[in-house]
Amino acid sequence: MTPRDGKALRAVVLAALILGLIAPIAIGLAQTTRAAFGVMPVLGAITPGLDPWRDLFAIPGLWTSVRMTLWTGLASTLLSLMLAIGFCAVANDRMSHSAAARWLTPFLAAPHAAMAIGLAFVLAPSGWIARLLSPLIGWDRPPDLAIVNDPWGIALILGLMIKEVPFLLLVMLSALTQVPLRQHMAAGRMLGYGRGLVWMKIIAPQVWPLIRLPVMVVLAYAMSTVDMGLILGPSNPPVLAVLLTRLFFDPDVAQILPASSGAILQGLLVALAFLVLRLGEVVCRRVGLWWLRSGGRGSTAEPLLRVATVGVLGLFALGTLAMLSLLVWSLAWRWPWPAPLPQSWSLKPWTSPGAGWGNALGNTLLLAGASTAVSLAMAIAWLEGEDRAQRGRAGWAEALIYLPLLVPQIAFLYGLNVLFLRIGISGGHMAVIWAQALFVFPYVMITLSDPWRALDPRLTRAAASLGAGPWRRLFAVKLPVLLMPILTAAAIGIAVSVAQYLPTLFMGAGRVATLTTEAVTLSSGSDRRVTGVYASLQAGLPLAAYAIAFLIPALLHRNRDALKGASA
Amino acid sequence: MSLCLTGLTVCLKDTPPLFPPLTLCIEPGEVAAVMGPSGVGKSTLLNAIAGLLSPGFALMGGITLDGTDLAPLPAEARRIGLMFQDAVLFPHLSVGDNLAFGLSRSIRGRKARRAAVDEALVSAGLAGMYDRDPASLSGGQRSRAALMRTLLADPAALLLDEPFSKLDTGLRDEIRGFTFSHIRERGIPALLVTHDPEDAAATGGPIITLPSPDRPVPKRP
Repeated sequence: MTPRDGKALRAVVLAALILGLIAPIAIGLAQTTRAAFGVMPVLGAITPGLDPWRDLFAIPGLWTSVRMTLWTGLASTLLSLMLAIGFCAVANDRMSHSAAARWLTPFLAAPHAAMAIGLAFVLAPSGWIARLLSPLIGWDRPPDLAIVNDPWGIALILGLMIKEVPFLLLVMLSALTQVPLRQHMAAGRMLGYGRGLVWMKIIAPQVWPLIRLPVMVVLAYAMSTVDMGLILGPSNPPVLAVLLTRLFFDPDVAQILPASSGAILQGLLVALAFLVLRLGEVVCRRVGLWWLRSGGRGSTAEPLLRVATVGVLGLFALGTLAMLSLLVWSLAWRWPWPAPLPQSWSLKPWTSPGAGWGNALGNTLLLAGASTAVSLAMAIAWLEGEDRAQRGRAGWAEALIYLPLLVPQIAFLYGLNVLFLRIGISGGHMAVIWAQALFVFPYVMITLSDPWRALDPRLTRAAASLGAGPWRRLFAVKLPVLLMPILTAAAIGIAVSVAQYLPTLFMGAGRVATLTTEAVTLSSGSDRRVTGVYASLQAGLPLAAYAIAFLIPALLHRNRDALKGASA
Repeated sequence: MSLCLTGLTVCLKDTPPLFPPLTLCIEPGEVAAVMGPSGVGKSTLLNAIAGLLSPGFALMGGITLDGTDLAPLPAEARRIGLMFQDAVLFPHLSVGDNLAFGLSRSIRGRKARRAAVDEALVSAGLAGMYDRDPASLSGGQRSRAALMRTLLADPAALLLDEPFSKLDTGLRDEIRGFTFSHIRERGIPALLVTHDPEDAAATGGPIITLPSPDRPVPKRP
């Protein structure tokens, strides 16, 4: 294995990356910026100016939207982070990493839109919670409360937290494997500190640098989500991303110009939030050092950690109820208030795929399969290139992987669509697959990197000494040994693809219907049974992918003890 | 203030005890040594005294410090210091902040605390190294910093888990002398476990030898 072996491969990967990933984002951003300042020749707008900004700021309630975006994004991220840290402190020594990963899987796999629809079913005035409370409080009809779409964004924050806490927990648990937890816990306790305090003063500060990027991803997502904002967020004025999506699809195409200004504003807001995060980090560091130097040993941290644990368990319970309610509604026929379960059941919405969900399911499968296959091939090529060049990953390369997850989708997707229109693929499956892969690839790459690097290097060296060339080593040794993590990465890729709303909507020009786009559209309507079918399928598909990713290696490797449990 | 063990042993679930019951009283300023080959449960013995046993291990017999029964207390409340085989300095804190983390709460006020840490740095030959990265210290400096961090917590007894085994010979004598002289100066009981007869002899206190196990050692859970 000489470094030269990898040169050609690395060149191909780099070229594909620049053309496939960086160029679309850069060009998309450039197009959006041009339109934001009044230049969009297809609309006949050719004079640069500030008019789009003036139009944007003239929209009534815009500042409420901006405030709402900052509030829901920062509050949900901060609360999720605090709950996850507290829960980790209590649970980390009682739960193995792989057991925790299994428990978290259903919550990670469920697409945001499905979770949001389920949560709306549960929280609504006629939902499960109100039904269960009605005998106690004596409501004889659904209470007149705006719990979903509330003007304070509480339902949206709750929905975001149900999805973000499991993600942060998973990230933290894997970061913890890189900290000598047992040793440091013992050393801290021998100096007189209780478990909770050692966690806060010694362990958490070491975990933070390892989870900073994922926290930024969570923050960027929370501030720019369209599907969750539509389903759970305040309705009028809505969060900024929802407002902008409406502008982009306004029958009056001139609205695209102020919408583009808004998309840039959205990007600036996320950048501002990153700055707030960074400032918070500096302040916490100062205060934390002062706290640490003062040497306090009071065991006051424990009750706080317990509150966090109860909070996390409560979110899990709510999430489980939400998922169940999707299935129950899809099977319900007559379900009068305040019965806790339907009076009669029916399979009717399920037995007519021709009514629409068959087509949406087919499209979803096709898009998920294609975008995941492309992303997986890229990730394997990248990692193999690193191996052959015998080089680690540079900092800029790591940042590149995260780039599509840190820039708000709305800031470059419409601009990218303009490019796709020019090369003539807009509105087709190609365009949607490409756009989805921008977001699938980072997750596949992040998931696969650690197990790939953990592969025992003696295996490939032994293969080489037996005369196997680089390609045979890859296909006959590495890929089969890494089958389980590769399939896990594929399952995550499928989950990410299924969950994509905005890329499908923009690139498909509304013509490519998937389970997610249909479910989001239906969620504003009234027939919960049909919505339940779409959302159940949407949530079930990623789960099925995870199950397959678990079953295939279990079957193929049933007599291979060394390969069992090789990945989490 | 003396550390007394009476009939102390440790079992893993339903297996027989790891070592025969141990009875021993260590007087203030005295260093006792427990000898034995690796794998006989020396570290487990120290973990039992420190209150750091992993779940699944059961403690039998009694541990008292100055007449107080330690068994019901959590590790952090026992006022026992533990020196590890590796120094286990926290890598994200500066050398000085590692010591500040250890410094007992009884010293109050920012200036007084800083002064106490600086003084400890000086007596460890680390003067002016408050802001240094622990990773940039030599092996001997690391050991001395770890001892200072432990002593600043004002422990009532000290446990030493082969803290000299990874040092080379010249350094080893120096650190050993440094550690033992601090223990005598403080007048606290200390228990050293080691597989090195030279370490044991240097304590000048009672030496107990644990027998080699005649069965495979159970793995930690």
